[in-house]
Amino acid sequence: MSARRLRRRVVSGLMTTLVGVLSFVAVLALVLILGYLVAKGASSLDWSFFVNNPVPAGQSGGGVANAIVGTMIVVGVAALIGLPIGIGTGLYLAEYGSGRLGWIVRFVADVLNGTPSIVVGILAWTWLVRPMGHFSALAGSVALAVLMVPMIARTTEEMVRLVPHSLREAALALGYPRWRTSLRIIARTALAGILTGCLVGVARIAGETAPLLFTALGNLNFTTSVLEPMQTLSLQIFTYGTGPFDEWHRLAWAAALVLMGLVLLLALAARWALRSRHGAAR
Amino acid sequence: MEPLATPEPRWRVLRGVNAGDRWYRAALTGLALTLPLLLVALVGELVVSAWPAIRRFGLPFLWSSVWDPVAGVFGAAPMIFGTIASSLLALLLAVPLALGVAIYLSEFAPKWLRQPVAFLVELLAAIPSVVYGVWGIFVLIPFLRSYVVPPLRATLGWTPFLQGVFYGNSLLAGGVILAIMIVPYIAAVSREVLLAVPAAQREAALGMGATRWEAVWTAVVPYGRAGLIGAIILGLGRALGETMAVTMLIGNRHDIGMSVLQPAYTMAAAIANEFSEATTNLYLSALFEVGLILFVITVAVNGLARLLIWRVARGTAVGSRAL
Repeated sequence: MSARRLRRRVVSGLMTTLVGVLSFVAVLALVLILGYLVAKGASSLDWSFFVNNPVPAGQSGGGVANAIVGTMIVVGVAALIGLPIGIGTGLYLAEYGSGRLGWIVRFVADVLNGTPSIVVGILAWTWLVRPMGHFSALAGSVALAVLMVPMIARTTEEMVRLVPHSLREAALALGYPRWRTSLRIIARTALAGILTGCLVGVARIAGETAPLLFTALGNLNFTTSVLEPMQTLSLQIFTYGTGPFDEWHRLAWAAALVLMGLVLLLALAARWALRSRHGAAR
Repeated sequence: MEPLATPEPRWRVLRGVNAGDRWYRAALTGLALTLPLLLVALVGELVVSAWPAIRRFGLPFLWSSVWDPVAGVFGAAPMIFGTIASSLLALLLAVPLALGVAIYLSEFAPKWLRQPVAFLVELLAAIPSVVYGVWGIFVLIPFLRSYVVPPLRATLGWTPFLQGVFYGNSLLAGGVILAIMIVPYIAAVSREVLLAVPAAQREAALGMGATRWEAVWTAVVPYGRAGLIGAIILGLGRALGETMAVTMLIGNRHDIGMSVLQPAYTMAAAIANEFSEATTNLYLSALFEVGLILFVITVAVNGLARLLIWRVARGTAVGSRAL
C-alpha cells in the first residue's frame, strides 16, 4: 500500500470518527440538559408543589398550582383558536391550493413560521392589551394561536397530500359530493397525520415564554379568568430562574422539569399517533 | 417527497359542483385568508406604531448607540450589533457540530442507530427556550467560568475578543446557548438535503477509487451545497429571533464591545425586558421600531434560506417539516 493511499485511508477513518464524535456531543448536550433537570428538579416535586400557589418572596415552600392551571388554560384557548384555522388553511392548501392564493398563503405561512415569537407578542399586545387597557391571558392565547397556525397549516397540507388520489376518485365516482369526499374520506384518512401535526404544534407553543411576557404577564394568584393576567409555567420559570433567592432557583428547576415533561409527553404522543396509523408516511 | 411531483390529478377538472361544495370552498378560503391578513396586520401595526420613532430619529437609529429613555433619545446600534454578534458566534459553534451530525447520520451511521440519534438530536428543538435559560444560568455559566474561559484566556488572551472580566452573563454565554439551540434545526434540514443527494453521486465517486470520506466530501456535500447553506441560514434566522434564553444569559447591557466575555444586548432581549416598562410613547415607539427591524431581518434571512433549500429539494416543505 503506497504512502499516499495509506494517508487517504487514515484521513477517511479520522473524519468518519470525527463526525461520529460530533453526533455523540450533540446527544450528550441533550442528556446533560435533561439530566440536570431531573437531578435538580425531581427532589422538589412533592404534593405541595402541585397543589399550592406561590408564597411571598423570602418564604420557603409554595408551589405552582396557579401556573400549571394557567398553562393549560392559555395553551388550551390558543389551541381552540389556532387549530381550526390551521387545519382549515391546510385543507385549503391541499384541496384548492394550486392557484395564486395558494402560493401566497404558503409563502406567508413560511414567513410567519420564521417570525420571532416576541414580535408576534407585540401584535397580540396591540390587538388586545392596548385596547383593553390591561394584560390578559386571552391576549397570550391569541399570540400563541398566531404562532401555531402556520405550523399546523403546513403539516396538515402535507398529510392530506399523502392520501392517494385513487381514494378520492373512488368516492367521487360513487357520486359523493366534493366537500363530503374531502371531509369524510380525505381528512379522515389523513387524521392520524393531522393529529400529529396538532400535537407537535401544541408542544411547540406550550413552552413559549417570549410572547406571553407582555400579554399574559404572569400572576401571583390563582385565576381561571382569561380576561385577567395569568401565570404560566414558562413565565414562572423565567421569574424564578432570574430571581435572587435560592428557594426560587429550586422552584425554577422543579417547574422547568414539569414543563419539560409536559412538552416531551406531547411530542412523544405525536410520534406515537403517527406511527400507529401512518407508519409509512415518513 | 413525491406528492407535488405527480401530474395534476384528474378529479380537479371535474365540473360537477353542488351548493355544499361552494360553501365548503368558501369556508376554507376564508380560513386560509387569515394568514395573509395576519401578516398585513403585523407589518401595518409595526410600521404605524414605530412611525413616531422613525420620523424622530430617521436612519441614524440604526447606528446611534445612545439608548436613554429618560432623555428620550434612542439608537439601536448596540442591540443590532449584539444580535448579529451572538448569532454569528452561535453559527461558528453550531455549524461544524450540526453538519457533523448530518453527515454522520446520512452517510456513516449504522442503520439501527440513525432513527434514534436523529430523534434525540431533534428533541433538542423541543426543549423550551426558558428551560435553556435556566440550564444556562446554573450549569453552563459556571462551567464556562471554571473550564472554558481560563484556558481560552491562557492561549488567546491577547486577542481583543477575550478582554475584560468574565462575570458570567456575556456574549459568550448567549452565543453558546444559541449554538446548542440551533443545532437541531441545521442538522435536521442538512440531513434531509444530504439524503436527497442521488446515490449515483456516491457510487460514481466510490467507483473511481475515492475513500468513503472523499466520496462524501467531494461528491455528496458539493452537490447539496446550496441546501446546506440554506440550512445554515435557516439556523441563523432562528438564532436572530431567539429571545428567552438569550435574555437570561447575555447580560442585557447597551454596549458595543469586541470581547465575547462582556455583556451585550439583543433586539429580542430589549423588547422582552423593556416593552411592558416603556413609560413614554416615544420609548414604546422606539421598541416597535426595534421589533420592525428584527422582523425585516428575520424575514429576509428566512426567505434566502428557503430559496436555497428549494433549489435542492424543489417544492417540498423540507424546511417547514424540520421546524
